[in-house]
Amino acid sequence: MTDTSATSAGGTTTRTVLIIGATSGIGRAIAHEWASNGYTVILAGRDRDELISDAADIHIRHGVQASTLGFDALKYEDHGPFFHAATNQTSNGLDTIIVCHGYLPAQTDAETDFEIARRTIDVNYTSAISILNLAAAYFLARGRGTICGVSSVAGDRGRQSNFIYGSAKAALSTYLAGLRHRLARHGVKVVNVKPGFVDTGMTWGLPGLFLVASPTQVAHAIWRACAKGKSVAYVPGFWRFIMLIIRSVPDFLFMRTKL
Amino acid sequence: MNIPRSKLLSLTGWGNYPRESSPSYRPEKSHELLQVVRSAPEPSLISRGFGRSYGDAALNGADGGTRGGGVILHTRLCRMIAFDSSTGLLEAEAGVSLADILTTFVPRGWFLPVTPGTKFVTLGGAVAADVHGKNHHRDGSFSEFVTAIQLLSATGNVLNCSREENADIFRATIGGLGLTGAILRVTMRLLPVQSAHIKVDYERAADLDAALSLFGTGDDRYHYSVAWIDCLASGSSLGRSVLIRGNHAPIDELPLKLRNAPLEFRAPRTKHVPVYMPSWILNARSVKLFNSLFYRKHHTTSKIINYDKFFYPLDRLSHWNRMYGRRGFVQYQALFPHATARAGLIELLERLSQSRRASFLAVLKTMGKASDGLISFPYPGQTLALDLPNTGPDLLTFLDELDGIVIKHGGRVYLAKDSRTSPSAVSTMYPALADFKRIKARLDPANRFSSSLARRLKFTEHA
Repeated sequence: MTDTSATSAGGTTTRTVLIIGATSGIGRAIAHEWASNGYTVILAGRDRDELISDAADIHIRHGVQASTLGFDALKYEDHGPFFHAATNQTSNGLDTIIVCHGYLPAQTDAETDFEIARRTIDVNYTSAISILNLAAAYFLARGRGTICGVSSVAGDRGRQSNFIYGSAKAALSTYLAGLRHRLARHGVKVVNVKPGFVDTGMTWGLPGLFLVASPTQVAHAIWRACAKGKSVAYVPGFWRFIMLIIRSVPDFLFMRTKL
Repeated sequence: MNIPRSKLLSLTGWGNYPRESSPSYRPEKSHELLQVVRSAPEPSLISRGFGRSYGDAALNGADGGTRGGGVILHTRLCRMIAFDSSTGLLEAEAGVSLADILTTFVPRGWFLPVTPGTKFVTLGGAVAADVHGKNHHRDGSFSEFVTAIQLLSATGNVLNCSREENADIFRATIGGLGLTGAILRVTMRLLPVQSAHIKVDYERAADLDAALSLFGTGDDRYHYSVAWIDCLASGSSLGRSVLIRGNHAPIDELPLKLRNAPLEFRAPRTKHVPVYMPSWILNARSVKLFNSLFYRKHHTTSKIINYDKFFYPLDRLSHWNRMYGRRGFVQYQALFPHATARAGLIELLERLSQSRRASFLAVLKTMGKASDGLISFPYPGQTLALDLPNTGPDLLTFLDELDGIVIKHGGRVYLAKDSRTSPSAVSTMYPALADFKRIKARLDPANRFSSSLARRLKFTEHA
């Protein structure tokens, strides 16, 4: 579904961003952030009706082109055709891809039900690798562009409250570090964003949250991280210090916490 | 699929009174909202936007033995769906704020056809309260510009409502305080404007009769008209006011420096009231002082100001409701038909001035045509809005007395601002309430949609 009625900034070449997981709380805010900076946006996600509403909203508010593409993280075999379709939606090619889909189960469910544990790993890690491999090849061939992967502060140290989700996000961070190394000499930026608690449907009603940031605030921080080509960006920035402390607490003390 | 998680929130209306807790849902996708309505374990639900109704219209907590219900926050379902720049028709989700509409459309030459005194309300809330603005005398209420509503009913069906389709449900939904279902989308007509500025005339009126006569003779020249009224003035200056009236400034009336970019203006800095002020700050003496200064400051004059300054002066002081302290305040808005307006207003103002209660903000306005909404507030007459600090049970007794005055003169109070009136008073004030209840009972026999206001005023008890 492509919106062809959209206008683009006259004269200048519009840049295009592909957002995987665009109907998530963070994904939506990211789409608005990039659109407000004049980007054409391609919204990819599972829920087609939501995508269509989001694309209409972005087009009306920001006056940029917004199109949609169905994307199911767990249908790996469809990722190739999907990515091909995404690159064909724009005449100038993609400039940025942001991978921000995710799945946060209750930790206890993931411990007792392996299907939930596997789903957590597959959505947050395996499917991200599947799509990032395609993106890496594409941007390598282009010799420029930005790949942004959204992992989580949960990956910085295994904690009893969410270590299955956290381990998948840690794996994603490690992958992104390697990919950055791989593409460094080919003009492609690889940015790993690690959000703290964000006020979205994923965290709404969860106990024990603190310093919760708004999606808009986080999206803006992600924009700046990508613009500056940062390697690893904690968003908001103060999470770098919080996680530094959490990583530094020695085990004998850490075991006494309920983090 | 699972029902989205709820979060227990302690909520109030804008008056900070009363306060109630409810499990609150904040769906981010349309199907999540549907799931909440279909399967949330709470016995009832009420939609809530920015919580700018003053009383208990968007509360659904436990009260006196009955089990409370849940709240649906619409603030994450806030997408603009379609806009037709040839007609000005905008279709948007209920959670879109009027502020967002202004930010998006004023630079393109469109304005809200009706706006209340704050831009921080949602579209759904504006419809559910059928809000009015300074142009009511001329244009009527918000619903006049609403052409269609998409309503999620208690059965989980999506109903398209307009003056042509499901017309009875449309009439029950505009001004219906969210009790007919969850408003999903609203289609409304925007107003074309040449500039973001308003040409305002200020005019002093020495007493109530002077104010009413100025309204009567001059309002037809103004798109917008309202009077600030000094409620502490008594005797020969009872009802002394400053009339504030204006029109959208066309480009050729703008000062030269604004003509190049007539739709732009420098956004104002917002100030905050960071904490609840002690409740004695707004007392009879301080308000009297403010009122005298305000009255003296506003000579009869005319100037051009941007729309934000004209319509939303209080939005520049965020959380201004905290000025009234933790106990909050009650906004009392009464409306009298023209025939009894003068007598009713005089009795109300005399009683108020006698009581030495200080209303920091008091607004007088002529209302135009009645809305199509069955329990919408407006009809032709004069309306007076007062903000009264919550001083406890004595305030409630006093307001019951005011209800008596209002009913004696055939008037009514505005339900979106109410937190205390009685079922019998409301059934006298709103003759079409019986029709509203009938439609509500047919559409939602089990009262899936209910609120603290609905239970207090017995809207959920079928005749």
